[in-house]
Amino acid sequence: MTAGRERPVKPGLEALRARIGRLERGGAAPRVLPLGAPALDARLPGGGLALGALHEVEGARAEWDDGVAAGFCLALVAPLAAALDGPLLWIARRPDLYGGGLAALGLDPARFVFVRADGDRDVLWAMEEGLRCAALGAVVGEVGELAPTAGRRLQLAAEASGVTAFLLRRRFAPARLAEPPGVASTRWRVAPLPSGPAPLEDLPGRPRWRVELRRCRGAAPGDFLVEWNDASGGIALAAALRDGPLAAQPAAGGGARLAG
Amino acid sequence: MTRDPMTPDERPFALVHDVGGRLGLAAVDAAAEAAGLQPGLPLADGRALAPNLATAALRPAEDARALARLAAWCSRYTPWSAVDPAAGGLGGGLGGGLGGGPGAGAGILLDVTGCAGLFGGEAALLGDLVTRLGRLGFTARAALADTIGAAWAVARFATDAGTPWRVVPPEGARAALAPLPPAALRLPPAAAELLERLGLRRIDALAGLPPETLEPRFGPELAGRLRQAWGEAPEVLSPLVPVPPLLARRVLAEPIVTAEALACGLDALAVELCRHLEAVQRGARRLELTVYRVDGGLRRLALGTSRPSRDPEHLKRLFAGQLERIDPGFGIEVMTLAAPLSERLTALQLVLGPAGMGRGADRGAGRGRRAGDDLAGLAGLVDRLEARLGPGRVFRQDPFESHLPERAARRVPALAPGDPAPWRRGRPRPLRLLGPPEAIEAVALLPDHPPARFRWRRVRHRVVRAEGPERIAPEWWLDDPDRAGAPARDYFRVEDEAGRRYWLYRAGGRWFLHGLFG
Repeated sequence: MTAGRERPVKPGLEALRARIGRLERGGAAPRVLPLGAPALDARLPGGGLALGALHEVEGARAEWDDGVAAGFCLALVAPLAAALDGPLLWIARRPDLYGGGLAALGLDPARFVFVRADGDRDVLWAMEEGLRCAALGAVVGEVGELAPTAGRRLQLAAEASGVTAFLLRRRFAPARLAEPPGVASTRWRVAPLPSGPAPLEDLPGRPRWRVELRRCRGAAPGDFLVEWNDASGGIALAAALRDGPLAAQPAAGGGARLAG
Repeated sequence: MTRDPMTPDERPFALVHDVGGRLGLAAVDAAAEAAGLQPGLPLADGRALAPNLATAALRPAEDARALARLAAWCSRYTPWSAVDPAAGGLGGGLGGGLGGGPGAGAGILLDVTGCAGLFGGEAALLGDLVTRLGRLGFTARAALADTIGAAWAVARFATDAGTPWRVVPPEGARAALAPLPPAALRLPPAAAELLERLGLRRIDALAGLPPETLEPRFGPELAGRLRQAWGEAPEVLSPLVPVPPLLARRVLAEPIVTAEALACGLDALAVELCRHLEAVQRGARRLELTVYRVDGGLRRLALGTSRPSRDPEHLKRLFAGQLERIDPGFGIEVMTLAAPLSERLTALQLVLGPAGMGRGADRGAGRGRRAGDDLAGLAGLVDRLEARLGPGRVFRQDPFESHLPERAARRVPALAPGDPAPWRRGRPRPLRLLGPPEAIEAVALLPDHPPARFRWRRVRHRVVRAEGPERIAPEWWLDDPDRAGAPARDYFRVEDEAGRRYWLYRAGGRWFLHGLFG
């Protein structure tokens, strides 16, 4: 897990990577959007979340409880929503995302267009349709199972239109088989953490997650502790603690916290 | 019109029904008629006359449905087709019209004004109609005249097996009617019989009478029917399908069966329909694709659009993925694409697009063009999604003035103009709201305290931090008795030892889980 930090950066290699990347994208520079947490952005190639790509978010637990994963997924979507015009398409079998909750997080629920689909197949189809519509800010789909070809199709559709896609894995049953390596640009696994400090001792504070960047095209995986930041009025990944054994790290509120 | 029972042998055939506790004949075919059988005869007498009589039960409801289907099938000739109400009363559908002499027989009325040219003339149209019906197993008689009454009379009383169809020339209704019996005037049997007894055996005999004496003597019906048949009184057909004013139609040279061929036909129809729409500056809000199959069946696909549209590509994409659902049977020979519902859509609107849809509204005027494109793209997307997933599947949430969290968000169509009302903020609200709240087992240390631990879906959680209670009272001022009588809810936002957060409430001593936080 510490490999990424220790590896010396070779300027020549970076330049070559950038050139290949440009060739792959037909000459255009890669579009990225900083997430607002420097430690995290430094890890991501180009300094932020790739736009026009597929990103995958899954919860750490197999059982049905995806408030946590959905919360982190929104944390990824929020900077995108702030930077781009256009509605956000949210496709799910069970569209239980609550407007009041979005508003409480400082998001504008009017930006969200919800789609209720009947199954994974319809969700993936609707995502692909959405990704062809360049007017959208982002497309989020909640799926259970994902075939590698389906992921590949989404990735290609996202690259073609420049609309960013998020796959929120929602398992209705525990996964039995090991997941095949995904095709997504980034893949995150999210676990909850006890919340940050609150004005009163016993109240819940800001949500915190332990986020594992399991796969990232052009970067090494790593672990991060992140926190929701609503103090600034907007939303950002507020604090990130990079790598290293978690137990050895001070609490996120302490001196090691990186400014967001 | 009569349906061939398709019995393999030449046995006489009759439909029977229950008449006051015993079976009687309702309709007989030609062979049975030749054997001396008549509708109304008791079945026992019929069997005595024709020992090898084959019978089937009369099913008027099914007959009526079959007749309605056949009327729909006839819309291949004209959009104005309807089941004949006069004949329906007489015999009750197809079965009632099985033989039974002139005047009986179910009928279908078609208004082919302006349509005959498509089929190579009026005579050719009738010939085509009778031949095709024959192929479907119906013995049909047809006539074409200036008025419904004349066509009705000539089809029933002036045709025979040799000349099953006849065209009455324009202005020729009076002459064609003259030699026919008064029963041809769509009169109730009693009235026709009365005229017969008075020696008025031909319509021209009636015509000779002073018109003002007809009504006092024979009642208003005869005079009215006579005027209708002559074309002196108007009679309109109430068509089966309301006529869509915007329609594109395509007769295929050869029946098609594949989805590709259908898509190809749809291409041409969409372009043609959009040309019609452009001519009247309108955009389609509803679309109906109708295919007519070789075997007489028809299939209809109806779709809605979220905004008026006359972009052929858009209309085509709406049907993409749906064409496979059409069962072509043995082949499709005619396709029509109609816009039964349309709205005004000017060229300017196409460029600008209405303001609305979230941030689209506050874009600068200089970006109007792009906003319009975006909105058109969005509308197209919403239409495609709803076409496949079903209406109402694409929506936004608008705030609604209610304290109850499940009522405070209201689903609105995705492209509805945004509601300026703000969402209430400052209170904890979950990211996901469970459809119905789920009952949980929870233990609180003191009556008003948050739970110390709870169990949800067989998993135990120990509460580490909690916020609340937030009391949400039932909306007793509403008339809904369920809601008014419900106990008040005390909501808590709790966090368990792992950091997962839940929205719980207590109502009437029981605990429920209502939502999940991020």
